[in-house]
Amino acid sequence: MTTATVTGIGVAAPTGVGLAAYWSATVAGKGAIDVIGAYDASGYPSRLAGEVRDLDAVERVPKKLRPQTDHMTHMALVAAEEALADAGIDPLAWPEYEMGVITANSAGGTVFGQRELQKLWTRGPLHVSAYMSVAWFYAATTGQLSIRHQMRGPCGVLAADQAGGLDALGQARRVLRGGTRMVLAGGTDAPMSPAGLTAQIATRLLSRSDDPARAYLPFDSAAGGFVPAEGGAMMTVEDAAAARGRGVRGYGVIAGYAATFDPPPGSARPPALGRAIVRALADAGVRPDEVDVVLADAAGVPALDRAEADALRGVFGPRGVPVTAPKTTTGRMYAGAGPLDVVTALLAIRDGVIPPTVNVAEPAPEYQLDLVCGAARPARLATALVLARGHGGFNSAVVVRGPDR
Amino acid sequence: MSTRRAVVTGMGVVAPGEPGSKAFWDMMTSGRTATRPISLFDAAGFRCRIAAECDFDPALSGLTPQEIRRMDRAAQFAVVAAREALADSGLGDGEVDPDRVAVAIGNAVGNTTKMEQEYVVVSDGGRRWLTDWTYAVPHSYQFMVPSSVATEVAWLVGAEGPATVVSTGCTSGLDALGHAMQLIAEGTADVVIAGATEAPVSPITVACFDALKATTPNNADPAGACRPFDRDRDGIVLGEGSAVFVVEEAGHARRREARVHADLVGYASRANAYHMTGLKADGREMAEAIRAALRQARITPAEVDYVNAHGSGTRQNDRHETAAVKASLGGHAYRVPMSSIKSMVGHSLGAIGSIEIAASILAITHDVVPPTANLHHRDPECDLDYVPVHAREHPVDVVLSVGSGFGGFQTAVLVAAPGRVAA
Repeated sequence: MTTATVTGIGVAAPTGVGLAAYWSATVAGKGAIDVIGAYDASGYPSRLAGEVRDLDAVERVPKKLRPQTDHMTHMALVAAEEALADAGIDPLAWPEYEMGVITANSAGGTVFGQRELQKLWTRGPLHVSAYMSVAWFYAATTGQLSIRHQMRGPCGVLAADQAGGLDALGQARRVLRGGTRMVLAGGTDAPMSPAGLTAQIATRLLSRSDDPARAYLPFDSAAGGFVPAEGGAMMTVEDAAAARGRGVRGYGVIAGYAATFDPPPGSARPPALGRAIVRALADAGVRPDEVDVVLADAAGVPALDRAEADALRGVFGPRGVPVTAPKTTTGRMYAGAGPLDVVTALLAIRDGVIPPTVNVAEPAPEYQLDLVCGAARPARLATALVLARGHGGFNSAVVVRGPDR
Repeated sequence: MSTRRAVVTGMGVVAPGEPGSKAFWDMMTSGRTATRPISLFDAAGFRCRIAAECDFDPALSGLTPQEIRRMDRAAQFAVVAAREALADSGLGDGEVDPDRVAVAIGNAVGNTTKMEQEYVVVSDGGRRWLTDWTYAVPHSYQFMVPSSVATEVAWLVGAEGPATVVSTGCTSGLDALGHAMQLIAEGTADVVIAGATEAPVSPITVACFDALKATTPNNADPAGACRPFDRDRDGIVLGEGSAVFVVEEAGHARRREARVHADLVGYASRANAYHMTGLKADGREMAEAIRAALRQARITPAEVDYVNAHGSGTRQNDRHETAAVKASLGGHAYRVPMSSIKSMVGHSLGAIGSIEIAASILAITHDVVPPTANLHHRDPECDLDYVPVHAREHPVDVVLSVGSGFGGFQTAVLVAAPGRVAA
């Protein structure tokens, strides 16, 4: 049986570009939520975001590719390069059809898209860039990664809003089981153009606070929405035995995965997040009491926080497992969030430390959560559960374990 | 290996022309084309001003005023097609555990029409870079993300298994079915509502293709504009539409005595890692995808009765695809009929792969191969049997459908008559 092992990691997050910078900020609980800097957001009711500012595209993205690609793809190119180097993989030396690329995406290249829409509507169709079609569409990142690294195996793109990032890792595991040797998988998202922000505000799920320390408070009784973000992570995923064969132990294993969808609004049936958890644990062959930490979806919206707390209590019992939301340091980054949380879980297992949920002093008592607040908590960790939910009813769960001995 | 096989027990189509799978097949066999001057917006000033449009009225198709308001045309197509597929499958309410029902919808450019209309309002006609959030409608976000199409289909059928949009550009409609096959084979679902939808006939998408000079400039002859494999072809014609299937585990279908339209027996996708829009003439990676799909299905090239081509209507595609079919099917390539229905219904990007699977299944059902319309002067570089102009009676048990598109993705799907390929 194939064991999907993460052998290389690359990160582009508001709190750090590069795994080392991201991880030290995450353990320290150092946040990067700030007033939007890409444009003057003072006219919007939601003005905070997690922006990836430390990525120097001029330095890190090949000159020819820069004008053909959106910020979302720039982040993926940089993260993928880091992941491949980290894994010690030179793709040009690997069999071309045995490398695949699977990414998740939520809204396409919103900045590139808005710029070209503006040209079309103010100057006319002849002014639209020939790169528009391939820069903004949801498959842009997978296509560019495949070309850049000469990966000709199975490629894919999944869109399930914020849940999609975990689905991409589940799909990567499927592709490995189909005989592909390595899959470059993950997601980076950049939905923060003014038009993108406008559409997000319409959901009424965004926080309207101006205080970075009080704007995104998942599971807090003062929760009032979330702060959006850009970023994500890319990973190389290989079969454990094959990786060991080339002397690589990896960070850990994608041991279980499941996705479910909530019943339609107004249905008498219960929400489906709990079933995603149960199925992912069963898929991993793990009992609830063997889970050492949960990285929550952490919507920061009271009804959604309650639904997640209910699901966790249903599976693990009241305060049955440590829960954390390191994304309180970054904001919610849509399709990039799941892969980044999986990275966080793998590093937490490696270093024996649960990164904190920042800005939340204590969770609302009725949730009965053991939320790791304030500071990191040292712990012996072998198994972690990562959750993600997407707008409209998507639920995904991934179980990760440390590397096989 | 897995013995769980995927079969198609329901089919729904919204294609250019009248909606419904019957109207679709009538068009396929008549050789008529649905390409015409764009009516969905004023295309004056655009290089290409024609498209293959659906004669689609959402209210007449059974959508409620609220559904019409909250869904883009792409989602509306998908829901109407899914409804037809569900009725066709005979699956009754409560007959399947919702946990065992999944959704996989292919789509390349999302809810682009509504997204653009919303953009125009909040940007005040493009004048404001800092868009005015007070003008945003409540469903703006659903128009910005493609995943809302999967949400609508999941709500329609009450699916509580995994739901996703598969978005690999122009191969999305084939890859969504490949995804469904995987979900069935691995045991995640017993029923997958799988297919694809696209409604790209909006100013921004038409402008995108103008900018690439990928679409035909032949505005004078809309009906004859899409001419795959013809020496005079000069570009693609955009289309729109949806095809959705009830894909079911074979034993599950047997136990409820469902009628099976066809079996999904092979799927593979490869990337050319060459160019986001360009194709090399050798068709190497598409050939590899075809070979991998044949291996998975344990089918020999000689068993393929019909090749449903990508046939987008560009010279680079025609050469690429012809080479790929020759390289993968060998001498049989010269004997097997191969046609492009894009000549009649245009290229509906992420949706067309599923619409082509609908045509492939109907070819099996009726033992008729749809033609390549407008093919009057075969390109000398293309020397296969492209079934010009007229549909052809021909025994069809096994169909190879291929797709190729932006990002360099190449996909092959094999569809077979029920029980034709041993489990």
